[in-house]
Amino acid sequence: MKQWIQHSERPTRAGFGEGVLEAGILNNEVVALGGDITSSVGLDLFAKAFPDRFFSLGIAEQNAIAVAAGLALGGKIPVFSTYGVFAAIRAADQIRVSLCYNRLHAIIGGAHAGISVGPDGATHQALEDIAIMTSFPNMCVLSPCDATQARLAVLAALGYTAGPVYIRFGREAVADFTTPELPFEIGKAQVMNYGADITVIATGHMVWEAIQSAVTLRNQGLSVRVINMHSLKPLDEDIIIKAAKETRRIVTIEEHQMIGGLGSLVASLTARNFPVPVFSMGINDHFGESGQAAELLLKYGLTADHITRKILSICK
Amino acid sequence: MDDQNLKELQNMSRSIRQWIIRSLAEAGSGHTGGSLGLSDVFTYLYFKVMKHRPNQPDWEGRDHLILSIGHVAPVFYSTLAHAGYFHLDELLTLRKLGSRLQGHPGKDHGLPGIELSSGSLGQGLSVGVGLAISKRINNNDTCVFVVMGDGELQEGSVWEAAMSASHHKLNRLIAIVDRNGLQIDGKTSDVMEIEPLKQKWESFGWKVLECDGNNFADLETAFDKAISNVVGPVVIIARTIMGKGIPSIENDYRWHGKVPSREQAIEFQKDLEDL
Ligand SMILES: [Mg+2]
Repeated sequence: MKQWIQHSERPTRAGFGEGVLEAGILNNEVVALGGDITSSVGLDLFAKAFPDRFFSLGIAEQNAIAVAAGLALGGKIPVFSTYGVFAAIRAADQIRVSLCYNRLHAIIGGAHAGISVGPDGATHQALEDIAIMTSFPNMCVLSPCDATQARLAVLAALGYTAGPVYIRFGREAVADFTTPELPFEIGKAQVMNYGADITVIATGHMVWEAIQSAVTLRNQGLSVRVINMHSLKPLDEDIIIKAAKETRRIVTIEEHQMIGGLGSLVASLTARNFPVPVFSMGINDHFGESGQAAELLLKYGLTADHITRKILSICK
Repeated sequence: MDDQNLKELQNMSRSIRQWIIRSLAEAGSGHTGGSLGLSDVFTYLYFKVMKHRPNQPDWEGRDHLILSIGHVAPVFYSTLAHAGYFHLDELLTLRKLGSRLQGHPGKDHGLPGIELSSGSLGQGLSVGVGLAISKRINNNDTCVFVVMGDGELQEGSVWEAAMSASHHKLNRLIAIVDRNGLQIDGKTSDVMEIEPLKQKWESFGWKVLECDGNNFADLETAFDKAISNVVGPVVIIARTIMGKGIPSIENDYRWHGKVPSREQAIEFQKDLEDL
């Protein structure tokens, strides 16, 4: 089993910000749009480095997304980031029509994704963004597992010119455990641990939890395959079908509603191709609430221990 | 503008209207009233104001036209065809399966001359803001024209866009409001009052010009002023008559989204001959 070692603890939004800065250095056409919460969503690095290519648009997400479409029409590569609830949900029609229908290349950062946003509570915890964003034609949806990968996701999005890219990331400092050398390819998920008894497909912060669970279960004689589904659309169908055939059971886990999220994507794909039981772990048709991130993850059953118990109950 | 010039514009807008009626009668559905009302504005834009090359739609030096009210596609298509972007006969495929002339403009279907797929109200001005910013970064001083409806101004996002255009001092951005006073449910003043409109735009930092949108001399004055403006964004509130050119349907809001039958279309063509 590959050993994943936590080399630091950082929020994924920090990696997003580094990636945007780097994209700006690599490509002069990259411009960024601010929605008032610039430093909170990681755009302050770019804004400081490239003040002439940063445009403040205030608290007006619908306008910002369609402005991004105009910039893309004019040959720019716009990056707009705000909390996922406002980007993916308030401005959904602008994303659908002005960006997706027009196949315009723009990068949208969906910050504060998941229940681990913590004390801000339900209005600020994006738990439906995957459902909405993956349903739009021409949309690409990424959900990196840590800060290192969030940076790579931005750079991959820079090269993905077929349409808009939505990148989802979190607020809290979490384990940073991947390395910059680990390739990040849109549409190609990563097997973080090879196993034959059952597969856990995780996305975002939940990948680290899944890896921890796999370590625990190995000591109890279970071999758990862990897949990091960082690319939700295009979805790596082959890796899922292969896992279904080889391990016959799949657990999915995400900081998102079970309706329309990773669990739904995996269940419908396997149902169409190679039906196996899919056990979804996520938010069960419920709004979030205030609390510390760790308390909320515990309450909503989104920790390594919960995965371990789920797998033991399935494999007993 | 001399008489000869005026005559040419009038003949062009008449033909554009005739093809609007022809294409809508053939389609069996679509938006007649606004398309006829805007025919003079579109004629003036594509034959007098805009820098564009129908045989090279992606020419770098062109002005951009963003059609925010995608539902007036018939006047847009008829104008593009008259300007030479594609053959007039293709107008008869409007709204049909496999046509490049979608009910609302859809770039994916390959019609030359469409800058933006549109149809959901309240987005075009924002797109125009982004386009104008990109042009400024590139030191490109061509214009961005955004055509909006008056009912569309009820969408809140329009005012987000208006605020951002003046904040960023986008002087090559020119919005045109089709002020026909009507929308699907009736008069804008009954459905949702948008007055005082001039003051609204001014308070959002825009230069406001008002004109008769069915009068070429008036359009000339307004567009000359708009294009020479160097300070910030400009809006032309163009007063138009919904259904202009067909006396029996003029100013009748029920013709917003209704089309003539084949028999009516023949009558309408006669009206247009007399226009
Ligand atoms: Mg109207």
